[in-house]
Amino acid sequence: MKAEDIREAVAQILADIDPDEDLSELKDDVPFREQLELDSMDFLDIVMELRKRYRVQVPEEDYGQLASMASTVAYLEPRMRDLEKV
Amino acid sequence: MIAPLADSQRVVITGIGLTAPNGNNLAEFRDSLLAGRSGVSPYEIRYVGKTLAGVCQFDELRYQKRKDVRRGTRAGGIGIYCAQEAVRDSGLDWPNVDLSRVGIYVGVTEHGNVETENEVYELKGYDYDTKFWSHHHNPRTVANNPAGEISLNMGITGPHYTIGAACAAGNAGLIQGAQMLRLGDCDVALCGGVSESIHTFGIFASFKSQGALATHDDPARASRPFDQARNGIVVAEGGAIFVLERFEDAKARGAEIYGELVGYAINSDATDFVLPNPQRQAECMQLAMKRAGLVPAQIDVVSTHATGTGAGDVQECIALRQVFGESKPTLLNNAKSFIGHAMGAAGALELAGNLPAFKDGVCHATINVDDLDPECHLAGLVTNEARETGGVQCILNNSFGMLGINSVAIIKKV
Repeated sequence: MKAEDIREAVAQILADIDPDEDLSELKDDVPFREQLELDSMDFLDIVMELRKRYRVQVPEEDYGQLASMASTVAYLEPRMRDLEKV
Repeated sequence: MIAPLADSQRVVITGIGLTAPNGNNLAEFRDSLLAGRSGVSPYEIRYVGKTLAGVCQFDELRYQKRKDVRRGTRAGGIGIYCAQEAVRDSGLDWPNVDLSRVGIYVGVTEHGNVETENEVYELKGYDYDTKFWSHHHNPRTVANNPAGEISLNMGITGPHYTIGAACAAGNAGLIQGAQMLRLGDCDVALCGGVSESIHTFGIFASFKSQGALATHDDPARASRPFDQARNGIVVAEGGAIFVLERFEDAKARGAEIYGELVGYAINSDATDFVLPNPQRQAECMQLAMKRAGLVPAQIDVVSTHATGTGAGDVQECIALRQVFGESKPTLLNNAKSFIGHAMGAAGALELAGNLPAFKDGVCHATINVDDLDPECHLAGLVTNEARETGGVQCILNNSFGMLGINSVAIIKKV
């Protein structure tokens, strides 16, 4: 998967977790929590969905890497580059 | 005769919110009950396959965001819908109600089966690797979930919990609310019962294994308490939440009062896991009437519990004949014949469906009685067609459950 595919995958996860939000205006460099109503359980949903959909395991010490879209894509890119786009 | 209670100890119903398979508010539900309209439909659930159920069609998004529906449980969503509707119906000046003085008491037959089954089913797709088990499992399955979701949704900071009482739970929730008002633990009680049971295959499969799951070519005719051809229970979902207040508070704010909870009782059979004990059921009804200072002839309508099983209906009829046999004026009906067995919600829904009788003077029927089982003969049983009465003053609501739990609530016109 390319970076843009990974971004799309994360955006889809966010859309599924938080279906009431309009994600079209999401700013990639601004933390999710400053733009979306996400709490810790929602955040764990992101981790779980990455695990379920892409078998990507994000260890707890790396959770901070998933703060914004830009940092999430940067973190996931080496871990997902060998995956086929779903 | 018992001494009349002080107004501060009298408990009245001032609001009703409900969802039933044949109506999403009291007016719709009552209309269906008077018109003989069933809410049972074809239904399919994993492993069991095609069956029948009472399915609710209320608007889940009226009071919840999609995200909250996704995160929560069906029982929680039903509870929220009913509680919100009940508060609106009560006319309480909600923005100025002290939410720390509101208590939430929700009866449930069971909770957690739906969510656990779903999670295990999902996990199968991951070869039972528990890394894929949801972090939502615990908050969804804790026993207080349906009441807790109401608290979260409505910002209520008073006590909240569920009352696990099998199929006696609807009455048990109501009774708990009244008791907490009398104790001064809250000023407003949101109480009743909810059921999400149609979403667990286990309840269908277990009734089937027990030989107690109804089947019929015509879904509307499947739930048929007291009829010779009855062959079991139609499982239903639903909910009914009452707003209870002390009479003095309701009177002071000029609230419309549906009725007063003048008597109640809960007892136990202590005889069998599933077979009801008519003697204990009779004792429960008699205790509730004694506490209310009423005799059988003063009960105008009995809302029976009968579920459409071979043995259960007969047992309740033995109890009813023992208590009301000599009481000519008492009429008896059954709401499960319309909607199936709404489990934890049943007692609350069935009571709610009868309360408009205080105004319209009509006793709704028990439908689908084509060939009355002689063992279910009851002098005042209102079969198939609603009946005009000379006016209804007192309604007695039966609600019984597995493990031998019996509950009775008596509501009197104010």
